[in-house]
Amino acid sequence: MELFTNQILAGISTGAIYACMALAVVMIYQAIDHLNFAQGEMAMFSTFISWQLMQWGVPYWVAFILTLALSFAAGIVIERALFKPLAKAPILTQVAGFIALYSIINSCAGLIWDFTIKQYPTPFGSSPFLGSQLISTHQAGMIGITLLMLAGLYFFFRYTRMGLAMRAAASLPESARLVGINTSWMIALGWGMAAAIGAVAGMMIAPVVFLEPNMMLGVLIYGFAAAVLGGLTSPFGAVIGGFLVGIFENLVGTYIPGVGNELKLPIALALIVTVLVIKPAGLFGRPIVKRV
Amino acid sequence: MTAMLNVRDLRAYYGQVQALHGLSFSLDEGSLTTLLGANGAGKTTTLRAICNMVRSTGAIEFEGQPLSGRSTENIVRLGIAHVPQGRGTFTAMTVEENLQLGAISRRDRAAIVSDIERMYAHFPVLKERYAQQAGTLSGGEQQMLAVARALMLRPRLMLLDEPSFGLAPLIVRDLFRILGKINREDKVTILVVEQNAQLALELADQAYVIETGRIVMAGGAKEIANNEDVRKSYLGY
Repeated sequence: MELFTNQILAGISTGAIYACMALAVVMIYQAIDHLNFAQGEMAMFSTFISWQLMQWGVPYWVAFILTLALSFAAGIVIERALFKPLAKAPILTQVAGFIALYSIINSCAGLIWDFTIKQYPTPFGSSPFLGSQLISTHQAGMIGITLLMLAGLYFFFRYTRMGLAMRAAASLPESARLVGINTSWMIALGWGMAAAIGAVAGMMIAPVVFLEPNMMLGVLIYGFAAAVLGGLTSPFGAVIGGFLVGIFENLVGTYIPGVGNELKLPIALALIVTVLVIKPAGLFGRPIVKRV
Repeated sequence: MTAMLNVRDLRAYYGQVQALHGLSFSLDEGSLTTLLGANGAGKTTTLRAICNMVRSTGAIEFEGQPLSGRSTENIVRLGIAHVPQGRGTFTAMTVEENLQLGAISRRDRAAIVSDIERMYAHFPVLKERYAQQAGTLSGGEQQMLAVARALMLRPRLMLLDEPSFGLAPLIVRDLFRILGKINREDKVTILVVEQNAQLALELADQAYVIETGRIVMAGGAKEIANNEDVRKSYLGY
């Protein structure tokens, strides 16, 4: 029994990584109705920027805020320069665009900062959290930051006019234009916000997985799995999905013989397929009532 | 009376297909005008061209300002509300959120709150359902919501695309009564596209008849209603 609870706890702490990433995934999905395959790389690049700032002697939280602002702006620039021209293109063209962006960012990061792994600091320390060896203060801090972002997003979308306009633009662009919403800018704003959330995810994840250009590869797949499980339309679901995927991954790794570290990634992929087949809206995705 | 909307030689295209062939008409300020015509005559296209939702040439002027080259959202912000065919309801959002979206381009928060109350007075059924997901409303209720959403803009001109479509006759009467009231009391100029010619002509003071992308008849609604061709083609007697 103790093994079981320990695995749950460990699952929650890795789940926090996935939850963080899933939040960014859901954010972009809300804005553009697609998954952004380059999201992990954008987050990785943001993390490198914050690392570079700290190397230059900028204190952690100043670098954190600066990175958020830079990532937000970069997200908007990427949308304006790359995806606005592709907005009316077929979906495969857009997917090709995402993949191009993925490899461009990955290579640039490698070119600028090379591929050796780097230590990344945590503002929360890494001592055991409340005496538990399974959750460190960093992981507890990461869970806290994720929940804080979730609350912020909930408030933004539920109670602000800008959030309402963004939701409208995402769900029904033509009607949104007919009430005077500049839908094109709402999409750019969605990219900016997703990039900023991704930056937070990257900066929280880097102390755990170490900083290097390929650090987000596996994390993004788990982030997708978490977002799909929780429901791509629900930020809350994405976070819950993140924790569930973390727990699930740990339990399967512990109790099913033969599933070691090598087979953990296929588990995430299998989970994506299973959810899409059985409950495409995910656990908390809003089933939308349509009149026909 | 001065012309609020002036349309000159409007031609519209869907890809290679030309849907409007040089349409000209104008709307007087405060008038309630109906645009009649059979399926495919170009009624919807005319409304979409006014809001720049379809590729078109020609001159459209609203209160003296040319609309060509403006984006849909900027045209709407000038005070032109468009209730599209199919109502354009934000089905996943609540009734109240739909109303707030109607006023999203306005900055006067206090007036928005009082306008929402005013809409609930116009359409009591919306008040009962204010927290309900809009997609769960009946067709008639959704049409009421679409009109209310458009009014939340405080428009100077309202374009309605077949508001009677798919509604029970009693509900249509009710809706048209409210449209007449809005036109008289709120001084909103209205252009309504309709297949239900009889009702539309009872309501309107001006009418245009459109056939294959051209205006073929224009005049006072009563005069048009008494025209023999119109009676045969659109009124069925």
